[in-house]
Amino acid sequence: MDALMKQWTPNLYLYRDKFIQSLQATFEMFWKAGSIAFVIGLFFGILLVVTKKDGISKNRPVYQVTNLLINIFRSIPFVILLIFLIPFTRALMRTAIGVKGAIIPLVFGTVPFYTRQVEVALSSVAPGKIEAARAMGSGTWGIIFRVYLHEAVPELIRVTTVTAISLIGLTTMAGAVGAGGIGSFAINYGQNQYNQDIVNVCVVVLLIITFILQSFGTALARRTTNRSLFPKRRYGKDA
Amino acid sequence: MIKISNLNKTFVLNSGNVEALQDVSLHIEQGSIYGVIGYSGAGKSTLVRCLNLLETPDSGMVVINSGAPITFENGVPFQNGSKMTTKEQCNLRRQMGMIFQQFNLLDRSTVYDNVAYSLKFAGRSKSEIDKRVKELLQLVGLSDKIDVFPDQLSGGQKQRVAIARALAANPKILLSDEATSALDPDATESILRLLKTLNRKLGITIVIITHEMAVIKAIADRVAVMEDGRVVEEGDVYSIFASPKADITKKFISSASPLGKIDKLLSEGSELVQVKKGEVLVKLQFQRDTVGEHLLTSVVKKADINLNIILANVEYLHDSPLGGIIGVLSGSPQNIQKGLQYFNDYNIKVEVLKDGRIDETVDA
Repeated sequence: MDALMKQWTPNLYLYRDKFIQSLQATFEMFWKAGSIAFVIGLFFGILLVVTKKDGISKNRPVYQVTNLLINIFRSIPFVILLIFLIPFTRALMRTAIGVKGAIIPLVFGTVPFYTRQVEVALSSVAPGKIEAARAMGSGTWGIIFRVYLHEAVPELIRVTTVTAISLIGLTTMAGAVGAGGIGSFAINYGQNQYNQDIVNVCVVVLLIITFILQSFGTALARRTTNRSLFPKRRYGKDA
Repeated sequence: MIKISNLNKTFVLNSGNVEALQDVSLHIEQGSIYGVIGYSGAGKSTLVRCLNLLETPDSGMVVINSGAPITFENGVPFQNGSKMTTKEQCNLRRQMGMIFQQFNLLDRSTVYDNVAYSLKFAGRSKSEIDKRVKELLQLVGLSDKIDVFPDQLSGGQKQRVAIARALAANPKILLSDEATSALDPDATESILRLLKTLNRKLGITIVIITHEMAVIKAIADRVAVMEDGRVVEEGDVYSIFASPKADITKKFISSASPLGKIDKLLSEGSELVQVKKGEVLVKLQFQRDTVGEHLLTSVVKKADINLNIILANVEYLHDSPLGGIIGVLSGSPQNIQKGLQYFNDYNIKVEVLKDGRIDETVDA
């Protein structure tokens, strides 16, 4: 393995420790920012669907404020957002650089996009199902958890996959605030030092990550369409 | 028991106001099957949705079972003098089951979990739920589908699951919103039969919304005919079929009866309905006690006329026969007049559709 690496990608071999570090940084940014954005995006997505005009708990002011905020943050290009948020990040995290400094802008960059995606996913639940649940006496919470979040699972998986892939893309820009990661590794050690082999490997690694995420998401979405993932068998069993 | 008094509901849309309900009052007896028929947009769906408060009327009053009257003021429901809370509204809905045209089952839940949906509200143990779900599935004849997901079921089976789900919480009322409109004729028939069985067995009141008179004919005890948000006619199904008053009712009935074809034949000017000079095209309608060939034969004999039958039909509504004949009477003018008189004497309703004795346009 060592010999092979030395032969085919000599420059990468030289910086292999840095490479591993940058992979770790990317991974750390991805899962930290990702899980925070997942929760917040899901929350706002649900909020939008529930409070919209024909929603189960219509609330015009809440809807419009949320909608406006999301539109504003969606319009700001990520690189600008990174520097725009520096004071805020510094106040909150006590630093604006490194992986720690990148989490906040990554969350801000992902949440608006993810919120919209969640909104679309939840809106795909047939209105009739909501009405049936209402007719059975379900309240707002019951409908959110037992109908929206239950029936939209395959769609939610699909949009989460798309968002996760776009988040990987965003992490490569986080190098701008010194967060490291595979993106800045490709620029600093690859492009800037004329090490084409490093750039190439970075592209391949990103391709593989994207491919794995997409295949996993697609498979999971398919397994949950018109099915629950682990259905219980009750036939022939008596109470 | 459902009592509806003076319900009004107006939808305010950009394109203008739609008066979905205008002063609607109905009384639905406990244990009966009550049909509401109308074309789409007549307000019938809005009417049932007002019963379980999926829609709130602007004004009026509704009484459900033995509950206190619910009054509506400016689209806000009041009960016992105070505004109904969301929780009270949810509790009211649980007293009624509802089934839909598109079934509206949860696609990611098995038949079991769909039926168990409303049982999973607080206060039921797992084994209680289990027992109830199995009971319900037996009732609708789907015990072997307990672990199946809805996409593996036919339309009729899906509707059976929806019925089981609607009955889970032991409601006294079942609301059916076009429940058979998306089903093929066989499935429609079996679902209607099931509803009738449930009505007899459980004593559950069923309110059926439909645009098909055949559905009303098959199972309803009483029917209300709606048009433009108003109830234009109401009564027991037999008398509505025997003597409809409103034009729209007549239209619905002719759509459900083979005799209705005559209108089409007449408007097309078909060969079958051409009358010669002196002949009369008549529609004879029989009721409970007047159905029977012998009346016809005896009138024909007594008046010495001929009856050429074009269309004939006898059907049974609530075990009472209801029938009619469309035919051409021929003979001397005096005899035809006599014949028409005899029919009247025998209590057979006669309607002259085309009169060759006076109509100048009839060929000589």
